[in-house]
Amino acid sequence: MSKQRKAVALISGGLDSLLAARTIMDQGVHVEGINFYTGFCVEGHTHAIRKKDKDKPKRNNALWSAEQLGIKLHIVDIIEEYKDVLINPKHGYGANMNPCLDCKIFMVHKAKEWIKENDFDFIITGEVIGQRPMSQRKDTMPVIAEESGADELLLRPLCAQNLPMTLPEREGWVDRERLHNFSGRGRKPQMALADEFGFEDFAQPAGGCCFLTDKSYSDKLVDLWSARGRKEYDLDDIMLLKVGRHIRPKDNFKVIVAREDGEARFMQGYKKDFINMNCSSHRGPLAMVDGAPTEEDLLVAAKLTARYGQGRDAEKVDITIREKDGSERTVQVTPFKSDEIPKQWFV
Amino acid sequence: MSKETLNAKRLLCPLPVIRTQDKVKTMQIGDVLEVVCTDPGVMQDIPAWCRINGHKVLDTLTDEMEYTIILEVG
Repeated sequence: MSKQRKAVALISGGLDSLLAARTIMDQGVHVEGINFYTGFCVEGHTHAIRKKDKDKPKRNNALWSAEQLGIKLHIVDIIEEYKDVLINPKHGYGANMNPCLDCKIFMVHKAKEWIKENDFDFIITGEVIGQRPMSQRKDTMPVIAEESGADELLLRPLCAQNLPMTLPEREGWVDRERLHNFSGRGRKPQMALADEFGFEDFAQPAGGCCFLTDKSYSDKLVDLWSARGRKEYDLDDIMLLKVGRHIRPKDNFKVIVAREDGEARFMQGYKKDFINMNCSSHRGPLAMVDGAPTEEDLLVAAKLTARYGQGRDAEKVDITIREKDGSERTVQVTPFKSDEIPKQWFV
Repeated sequence: MSKETLNAKRLLCPLPVIRTQDKVKTMQIGDVLEVVCTDPGVMQDIPAWCRINGHKVLDTLTDEMEYTIILEVG
């Protein structure tokens, strides 16, 4: 009896990786999933911070995919290692700060390390030729295989018939005839295959699964680096870029104003790390000040905070300012009028 | 059999799941882990992770600011 081969599938939570994994499972291969968390992954939960997204399911789509497939999922924290991918991408950025090609190379490289450590035989991904403008092109797919070190251990079941034969095919671990020849941006073949497998309610993120493909998010990241004078970040930095209005009146400080209760609640967890304030005479949002503000800057922050509260039209409002050590004081300010806030302050 | 607590407050999913996964790797079958979080998403994700990996959710608790999941390592 031949040995059952083992493959690890890169599971993003989207439809393609779900289909790729199932295609290989149907050939009798033992499949487990791996999901890499960069810190920039778009999750239902990140959206769920905001009230307006309360109707969205709060599930983690990678976990959901694994459950649909009935496989184990290994979620790997690559936040620290990923910094070098983002800060120094060999192949550059996409339309925004998305280093898609370097990212895919890095993830396949990590998967290669994983299969070696865990005695698995090959790697599968849901890539489709022509599906993405940067990382899923006919000319870049061999680059991923080569630069990741995975070489012919990397099998793309959804478009394998359009690519040179890999080791799992040549060795007969999988039947190439039962793999697919999908290509291009169209989704019809995937939808038909999903239907055949009986998958419903799968995630189809319109803008991909990474915040770095989002212009607004990328602008905030560039602003952060620019204000600090160096490309660096920690996890809290990139989490806070996901919430609130970001307003930078000067290079030395930025004000983050919660847009609604969900965000305010999330930002509460950072109150000991940032000078923060809210309106105490009227209902209003929590605001945090990032950077090294002067006393005069804090008054600007207070006027901004007042602008987004119910006292925005009052002549004076009370703003309570809390320092990182917990000490607090209250100042009276006149809220900014909307036309008094320069557009370029908004990040 | 031991009982341990994991503080996963302030973390957004999937980090509480990853921290849970890493903690469980250091524990024995039958041990109990209490995970305290602030992201409401954990109420869906940690049970899903437990189902996939053969662990048992013993209880889930919610108050205004925190979500707690108590699981038994399987």
